[in-house]
Amino acid sequence: MNILEDYKNLWVYIEVVDGKAKSVGLELLNPGRRLATINNEKLIAVVIGNDVYDIAKIAIAYGADEVILVEGLEYKEYSTDGYANVLEKLVAKYKPSTLLIGATNNGRDVAPRLSCRIKTGLTADCTGIDIDEESGNVAWTRPAFGGNLMATILCPNTRPQIGTVRPGVFKKIEPDFTREAKISREKIHTPKEEIRTKLIECIKETSGELVNLEEAKIIVSGGRGLGKAENFSLIREFAEVLGASVGSSRAAVDAGWISHINQVGQTGKTVQPKIYIACGISGAVQHLAGMNSSDIIIAINKDEDAPIFNVANYGIVGNLFEVLPVLIEEFKKIKNDK
Amino acid sequence: MNILVCVKQVPDTTEIKIDPITNTLIRAGVPSIVNPFDAYALDLAVRIKETNGGLITVLSMGPEQAKAALKECLSVGADKAILVSDRAFGGSDTLATSYILSTTIKAIENKTEKFDLILCGKQAIDGDTGQVGPEIAEHLGYAQVTYAEDITVDGKIVRVTRENDDRHEIIETQIPAVITVIKTAYEPKYATIRSKMAANRVQIPTMTSGDLDIDLERAGLKGSPTKVKKTFTPQLKKSGIIIKGETGSESALKLISLLSDARLI
Repeated sequence: MNILEDYKNLWVYIEVVDGKAKSVGLELLNPGRRLATINNEKLIAVVIGNDVYDIAKIAIAYGADEVILVEGLEYKEYSTDGYANVLEKLVAKYKPSTLLIGATNNGRDVAPRLSCRIKTGLTADCTGIDIDEESGNVAWTRPAFGGNLMATILCPNTRPQIGTVRPGVFKKIEPDFTREAKISREKIHTPKEEIRTKLIECIKETSGELVNLEEAKIIVSGGRGLGKAENFSLIREFAEVLGASVGSSRAAVDAGWISHINQVGQTGKTVQPKIYIACGISGAVQHLAGMNSSDIIIAINKDEDAPIFNVANYGIVGNLFEVLPVLIEEFKKIKNDK
Repeated sequence: MNILVCVKQVPDTTEIKIDPITNTLIRAGVPSIVNPFDAYALDLAVRIKETNGGLITVLSMGPEQAKAALKECLSVGADKAILVSDRAFGGSDTLATSYILSTTIKAIENKTEKFDLILCGKQAIDGDTGQVGPEIAEHLGYAQVTYAEDITVDGKIVRVTRENDDRHEIIETQIPAVITVIKTAYEPKYATIRSKMAANRVQIPTMTSGDLDIDLERAGLKGSPTKVKKTFTPQLKKSGIIIKGETGSESALKLISLLSDARLI
């Protein structure tokens, strides 16, 4: 059992992909600041990669009080073994009280490996983080049962408290690139033979449409109401006119009309665009869990009782095959007038 | 290939409704199913066995009723099934659960032979954590690959197609490895009446803490570093403006004028 008092400061892990910081890491510096302030702690960003000094500076611009930077050729690509090793060594040396990790696929790959190794509690895929008033512990809130139930979890007796937090839940602060802060370099080497997985190939989606749903400003999503795969072209056309990303409900993915990479919802992506347009999506609770924190939700569905209308700011009860072509034409006109 | 697939019996969360008066989950009458992602993992195991030969064991931790889920697995291609069950395991979080499962895996391996591959679903649809698979890998000290869409095995080399946020990756590792599986492109095999009847006749063995080299301080509520403080049902925001009873083009134009009034366009 570790001594709780020895553990101090709140860490945010900044995931780097293709030389860029994933948005979620920068987002987490925002609630991280709030929690650190309540507990009178420092907000520290952790950056791992190869040639990622610039990312450390970006983390400072987004609010980190300090950055711990670990660089090495072996960290150019993510690997479970390499990254878990670095985080384990850093935690052992610095003893943070709390570690926030973005709930990306890699974040959810490394976090359980790390928490299990150091035998502490991990809360998955949180949509809310706060400080429990009674105990001062982090109160992690997360959906379970396919989004039907929310649970608030504490990790009272072990440190650090670790949670993965969904992308798109928190907003980044306005960056201040004049901010300065300490960047501590740590030399941690992971021998080649200890990294047991090898990335052979990376295949980015080639369909031409934007699929970076977590960072999209506008998303047009299609569901079962489209009826068949070919009709997704209507969604793609609308998305293209709006400069939007294409999303989908699970039903459309299950039907094989579109890739799982486009799926929004409990077992897909959580998104928080400025505008989310749901076309032919009834709004099962699993889907709502992935998109109901969008700023503006527009729903088009022929069933007046569809639950999607409960969360929609604007809804059209009607046939999407009649509504969408007119919307596409009108938005084209608006675009051309600009 | 000696393959283990970890499965969990879960309530079908797509069938769960919220009681509008008490605002709580209505669990009564909700069917219990094999966690869908575990079913995909088992299906991949069957496909690996078809090309490489071998034996598939399914392991579940849970109450006696979970044997129904294990029988379902036997009816679609698993060769052996084992339940690990003990009252001392109740209330386990993911760290405790993965500890119990890894201890059980070691006990099974001691009696038979080592597993080359251990497959799990990427997450269970009730807890939705996705942590038990990687934690089993850590307890056993094995390599892991998560979010696998497809797996092929060539000798000791395991090649995984992995989904990663906005891309796919091809990852290579060696056996032994733990791999967690998402929905695959394959249509999982169905049980036949014959395979169901055969599965029903199987006596599935139950292992308890007495069969394991286990520290019970690390199991159940006691062994769980995370504690549930409270649960509640999510609140949805209020309804907005609904346009209905108009033609497609009228409602589209109305929407545009509303969006324009709200300065959204």
